Amino acid sequence: MKSMLRTARTIASKDLRIELRSRVVTNQVIPFAALVMILFAFALDSDAVLERVAPGLVWLATIFSVLFIVARSFALETADGALEALRAAGVDPMGIFLGKTLALATQLIALEAVLVGASVVLYRADVSASGGVLLVTTSVLATVGLASVGTLYGGLAAGAKGRETLLPLLLLPVVAPVLIGATRATESAFGTNGIDVSEGWPWLGLLAVFAVLFSVVGTVAFGPLVDD
Amino acid sequence: MTTRVARDRVTGTPFTRGLGIVTIAGIVWLVIFGLFVTPADVNQGETVRIMYAHVPGAWLAYLAFIVTALSSAMYLWRRTRSLTWDRIAGASAEIGVLFMGISLVTGSLWGRLTWGTFWTWDARLTTTAFLFVTYIGYLAVRNLGGTHHQRARRSAVLALLAVLEIPLVHFSVEIWNSLHQEASVAGNTDVTMDGLMLFTLFLGVIVFTLMYVWMLLHRQRALTLEDMLDDTGLDRALAARRAEAGVS
Amino acid sequence: MKDAGFIIASYVVTFASIGVFSFVVLRRSRSAARDIRPEDRPWS
Repeated sequence: MKSMLRTARTIASKDLRIELRSRVVTNQVIPFAALVMILFAFALDSDAVLERVAPGLVWLATIFSVLFIVARSFALETADGALEALRAAGVDPMGIFLGKTLALATQLIALEAVLVGASVVLYRADVSASGGVLLVTTSVLATVGLASVGTLYGGLAAGAKGRETLLPLLLLPVVAPVLIGATRATESAFGTNGIDVSEGWPWLGLLAVFAVLFSVVGTVAFGPLVDD
Repeated sequence: MTTRVARDRVTGTPFTRGLGIVTIAGIVWLVIFGLFVTPADVNQGETVRIMYAHVPGAWLAYLAFIVTALSSAMYLWRRTRSLTWDRIAGASAEIGVLFMGISLVTGSLWGRLTWGTFWTWDARLTTTAFLFVTYIGYLAVRNLGGTHHQRARRSAVLALLAVLEIPLVHFSVEIWNSLHQEASVAGNTDVTMDGLMLFTLFLGVIVFTLMYVWMLLHRQRALTLEDMLDDTGLDRALAARRAEAGVS
Repeated sequence: MKDAGFIIASYVVTFASIGVFSFVVLRRSRSAARDIRPEDRPWS
C-alpha cells in the first residue's frame, strides 16, 4: 500500500516535470481549448444563446482536451517502451495508474480554470461567491472522474495502431455522465436561465459516483489491461 | 479430400443445418403473420407491424451483450480461462451490434410514422445509441492485434467496463431527460394488445433467438478458424514460398 | 396498407442485413478453412 502510493507520487511528479519542461499542455492544449471556445462563439453567433450554453461549452472543450492530454500522457510511456520497462521492472500497476491519474488531474484543473475564465470573458458568464464554491467542487469531482477514465482507456489504447482515433471512440460514450452532471452543476453556478445555486448540488452526486466508481475500477483493472 | 471440399460446410454441423432450416421457416412465418395476418392496432394503425421486427431485434441485442459480458467474465476467471469464451464474447458482440443497428433503423422508421420524428432524446433511445457506439468501440479493440490472449484480456476487461458504464449512462440520461418534459412521447404508447398480436411478437422473439444462436455458432467457429490461421500463418507462408521456389 | 413503404422497408432492412452478415461469415470461414484440415475443427 505504502509502496503503491510512493510509486504513484513518483510517476505523477515525473509526468508533471516532463510537462513543466516540454510545456505541451500549456503551449498547445490550453490554446487549443481556448480556440474551441472562440470557434463556438462564431458558430452560435448570438450573445443570448452563448450565455445559455456556456456551461456546456466549457465542459465540451474540456472533454475534447482530455483526449489530447491522455494521448500525450501515454505517448510519453510508449515512445521508447517506458511502460513495458516499468512493468518488467515490477512496478506496481496500481501505482502507475494512480500516478498518471494524478498528473492528468492536475493538468485538467489548470485547463478548467482557464476555460471558466474564458467563459466569463467571452460568454459573459457570472460567478457569485456561493456559485464559486459549487464550481470548484464540481471541477474537482468531474476532474477525478475524467482523469481516471482517461487513464484507464488511454492505457488500453496505448501502443496500439490507430490509437488516435480509437481513444475518442472508447472515451466519449463513457464520459457522457460527466458531461451531463458537470454541465448542469455549472449552469447553476453561473446562474444560467436564473437557475439557483442550490439546484446544482444534487448533480454532484452523479459526479461523485462516477469519480469513485472509475477510480476504484481503474486501479484494479489497469494491471490486467497493460500487463502484456 | 478433393471430393469433399465442394460439399464441405466448414462451420456447419447437422445441428446448425437443422436450426437454419427451422429459422428460415420461422422467418417466413413471422413475415406472413407480421405483414398480413395480424390486424392493425387501434392506436398505432398499420405501423405496429414494424414492432414485430423491431422489438425482438432490440431484445436480442441486449441478450447478445449480456452473453458477451458473461463469457468475458468466464474468460477472466482463471479456472475457466479459454479462448473459446473470448470468441463467444466477440461473436456475440458482433451480432449484438448488428441487431442493435437494425433496431435503431426500424425504430426510427416507426418513430417517424408514429411520433412524426425519426429520433427523440428519450432516455431509452439515447442509452441505446451510446450502447451501440460502445460496442463498436469494443469490436475495434478486438481488432487491435497482439496475441490472442492479449486481445482476449483487453476486450474482456472492456466488456465488463461496458456493463458498469451502461447503467450509469442510462441513469444520467434519465435524470437529464426529466428536465425536458417534451421528450416523454415514448410513455404514451402502452397498448393493450390482442392475442394474435401478442403471439406474433412472441413468435418474433423466438425466431430472432433461433437466428441469434445460428449466427453465434457460425461466427464463433469462423473466429476459431481465423485464430487457427493466425497461429499457422507463418508456417503456411513459408511452405507456400518454398513451393513457389520449387524447393520441396 | 397505409405507410406500406416504411413498414416494408423496415422488414427489408432487418432481414437483408442479417442475410448479408450471415453470407459474409460463411464466405470468410470458407476461405479460412481452405488451409485447415477438416479433422482439426473441434466441432466436426
